[in-house]
This record gives sequence, structure tokens and C-alpha cells, in this order.
Amino acid sequence: MSLPAEPLLRVVIVDDEAPARNRLRDLLVDCAAKVPLEVVGEAATGREALELLQGQDADLVLLDIQMPEMDGVELAEHLLKLKDPPSVIFVTAYQEHAVKAFELNAIDYLMKPIRASRLAEALSKARAIAPLRADLLRGLSDAPRQHLSVTEGGRVYLVPITDILYFKAELKYVTIRTAQREYLAEESLTRLEQEYHRRFVRIHRNCLVAREAIVGFERLSGAEIDAHWIVLLRGLADKLPISRRQQHIVRELSR
Amino acid sequence: MRLPDFRNLGVLLRILLGVNAASLVAAVLKSPTLPAIGPVLIEISALVQPVMFLTLLILSAARPLLDRLRGELGLAAVLLTAMAVTAAFDLLGGEPLGGGGDALPRHLFVTIIVVGVLLAWFDLRSRALSPALVEARLQALQARIQPHFLFNSLNAVLSLIRADPRRAEHVLEDLAELFRALMADSRALSTFASEVELARQYLAIEAVRLGDRLQVEWDIEQMPGEARLPALILQPLLENAVYHGIEPSMAPGKVVIRVYRAGNEVHVHLSNPVPTGGRRRQGNRIAVENIRERLQLFFDAEARMRVREHEGRYEVVIRMPYTDTDSRAVC
Repeated sequence: MSLPAEPLLRVVIVDDEAPARNRLRDLLVDCAAKVPLEVVGEAATGREALELLQGQDADLVLLDIQMPEMDGVELAEHLLKLKDPPSVIFVTAYQEHAVKAFELNAIDYLMKPIRASRLAEALSKARAIAPLRADLLRGLSDAPRQHLSVTEGGRVYLVPITDILYFKAELKYVTIRTAQREYLAEESLTRLEQEYHRRFVRIHRNCLVAREAIVGFERLSGAEIDAHWIVLLRGLADKLPISRRQQHIVRELSR
Repeated sequence: MRLPDFRNLGVLLRILLGVNAASLVAAVLKSPTLPAIGPVLIEISALVQPVMFLTLLILSAARPLLDRLRGELGLAAVLLTAMAVTAAFDLLGGEPLGGGGDALPRHLFVTIIVVGVLLAWFDLRSRALSPALVEARLQALQARIQPHFLFNSLNAVLSLIRADPRRAEHVLEDLAELFRALMADSRALSTFASEVELARQYLAIEAVRLGDRLQVEWDIEQMPGEARLPALILQPLLENAVYHGIEPSMAPGKVVIRVYRAGNEVHVHLSNPVPTGGRRRQGNRIAVENIRERLQLFFDAEARMRVREHEGRYEVVIRMPYTDTDSRAVC
């Protein structure tokens, strides 16, 4: 009794299906005898989870991979932006996810339906789990992220990809422009281009524009040598220049 | 040797193709120059088509009679019919093309060869599609049910056992019925009534997991419940609808099922929303192709399946012949 009690493992459950959350909660209660823990929150979507974890410290997130709108792999990547990111154990009913997670052996995972003994085992080493790494997570899912996360004033914000009009690289950062405002994010333009080549087109060494946002092109005629094309955007007065090397997109996109 | 079913659309189409292919070969052989092939083919067609159509008309009208003739007698009847029609056209049709004194025997000779080759081909085909082979293919096709469905369902049951044991019981009962159907004899045709029952059980299981997100609308008042169809056509399509239309979205979505009879056909319409945003899931082709193949094995060319995206919904439309007997339509 005089021994200092081991601090409780604070666990958050994230799954879009209510019965799956209930089941995990039941199992966690069973495991509490072996591994002192407390469930500090539940969330049904990635957005809810990120919201929850900004106000609530947690040691471990049990994270379903297959979720609508934002899947578990993407959420895990956004969670890395938190000041003190929790450990993550993935939960999945899909063999192929499990196989990939297994190959990247830095990541622990549980297969649905989950066995209580397997969960207890995962929990007991939860504190020792190495923090996730963004590059490993990327290997787990080949689909592009649905949101970019941006840190501002100690908070993490999600910017849906569909809201973004263009990216502009500036020194260390990338400026993300939506119809409403700008954000600064630590991203690489090259990676963004690879990930979203369907949605965005490169018009300049430092600029990617959403194809949907392009409403036209204008030729800035000047007597000078650097007469060039600019992109006209929907709902935004910004005039983005097209570099000489990328001029072919004017023809391709005006078709 | 078995006779083909002369009322089956697929059989008729194949005969049409076969006869026309033979005509083309004859035209190519007969023409002195390449451009002459066209006119020669028209000449031959004018001679061949009426004979073929009249023969087919008689054969399809006489199908019940033909069915009663055994083995070689049936073949002989078909051959004699074709020869009689050929002779009738030659004798009554005035001066036949390629006329001359020996036109009739030459035409009869060609008729015998074409009919013989076609019958032999149908016989070969029916052997290739012999019950044993078809059965093996059907078994293989039917077994292809998504494994994750089992795990998701078991997970749903596990989640209910403590909180709502009665509901857990129901779900397990539904699951048992579903697997009984999955492992059933794939030769027998099912009925629409039992297919719908199975589909309801499946959707009840999914409703446990998805709650309000899964909404279902049944429009089956005009459904002929006794009509026959291959087992497990509806359920895999619904599984598809749930996987692609309901699961990827947090907002509630509606799956609509409509079954009705239209003349000699039964029509099935099945639709689900196409979720906007979110990652689009890949891989519904397999289920759709699987069902297309099974419908074809049972109904040949008489069943059709169409898939389209329309006004934000994904829609599958199947038309199949109405039949209320458990006799296989495979020819």
C-alpha cells in the first residue's frame, strides 16, 4: 500500500461505429485489473478526436483505421502535431492494413474482433511504444490525406484539401490559401505535388494551383521580355504567374 | 446428343452469327475481286436469310414437340425441317439465285452441312457447360463473399453480448441464416421471396454496426415472390451498396431496393448514394462481375445487368426472365 501507485494509463477510443467503441470500453474495463487505466474520452470521427485531444491529455489512442471522412492513418499523422502526442495502437478488421502495419513493425495494431488477452498485452507495452513517425505512417496508406494540419497559437487546425485554392512555397514554409484566409504549414511542395497531382497543377517552381479553382488565364503583355501568363482564380483576386517552363498548361487546361 | 433450346435468345443469336459467318466465307470464296464481296454477300444473304428465319420460326414453334423426340430423332427432325424449308424456297420461290438444274441438290447439301456444324457446335457447348462444370464454376463464384463482413459482424455481435444479449441472439440467428445460404447448394434456384428475406437479415446485421447511418427503402409490393433467380444475387449487391455508399460517410444514406414484374421479365433496381468527399473506395467491380457471370450461367443472354451513376446515386439495374419453375435455363 505504501508503494506509489503506477500512474493510470489514460486511453482514448476512436471508432466511427458505436458498438465497436462499446466493445473496446468493455474490454478496457476487463484489462484495468492488470494494467491500471482509465478511459478519458471517445470520438466517432477524426475531427472529433483531434478536438478532444487538444483539451484532454492522453497517453494512448486506440484508433480504428477504416473510418469515413478521415481515416485512422491520416488522423495519426495529424496527432503528431500535438504538443505531447499520445501513443497510437491501430485497430482494423482488414487483413491488408494489418499486414502493412506489421511490416512497419514500429506500429502496433489489433485485429477486430479483438481478444481481451491481446489487448492487455498491447496495453502493458503501450508506454514503451515508440512515437509514430510520419514517414512510416505514409507507408500504411497510399491514399492522399483529406486534410492538412496547421499549428497556430498552440492549437492544431484541420484544413480540408477541397477548400484549398493554391499552395505557395516560401523559404521554410508553404502558404496554404483558401477562399477565406492563409495558413502557414511545414510541408514540402514536392511532396504535396506527388500526393495531390490529380487535384493540383504546378504553375511555377514555387506554386501549385487547384485545377478546380482556375477560371481562366490572362496574358500580361508588356514590351518587356518577361511578358507572361497569369492564372485567374475563382473568388480570389490573387494573380499567380505561370513560369515559362510551365506555359504548356495554358493550352492543356483551356481545352 | 442434346438439342439446343430454339426459343432461347442466346441460341438464336448464335445461329444468326454462325449462318452469317458461313455466308461471308462463301462470298469471299466466290468473289473474283475484293470489292465484289459486298454484292455477292447480298446475293447469298437474300437466298439464305429467308430459309434460316422460317426454319427457326418453325423450330421455335415446335419446341414442345422437339423436346419429346429422343436423341437422334430430334436431330433428324431439325435437319429435315431445314431441308424442307430450303426445298420449299427453291421450288416455290421461282428462279432461285445461282439457278440451274442442279440448284436444289446443291442448296440441300449446303443446308445439311451448315445445320450439321451448328448442331455439333451446340452439342459441344452444352458439354462444355455440363452441369458438373457449371456447378464448379458457380460454387467458386458464390464462395467469393467478402471476408471482412464476417469479422465486422462477429465484432458487432461481441459488442452486443453484454449490453443487449437478446439482440445479440437475433444477430447470430441472422448470421447463421446468411451462412446457410452462402454454403447452400448452388445448383438450385432461389426465389425472390427468400432472397429478400436473406437481404433483410443481412441489412439487420449491418444496422447494428452502422445505426442511423444505414437507411433502407424497400419497394417490393409488385414483386413476384415466387419468381426464381440464382441464390445470393441481392445480398452481395447490397453489401456493395453498404461498403461504397454508406460506410464512407458519417451522414445517413439511403439504400433503395425496387423489384417488380414487367411482362415476362423481372426488374431489380438497387441504388445507393455516392458519398462526396472522403476517400473513394475501390474495387466494386468484382462483386458486379461475379453477379453478371452468374446471371449469364443461369439465363444466358436473356438476363441483362446495367450499372450507372446518376444524380449522385450509384444504380444497378438487372432484368431477368420471369420463371417460376426450378429448371435451369442454361442451354
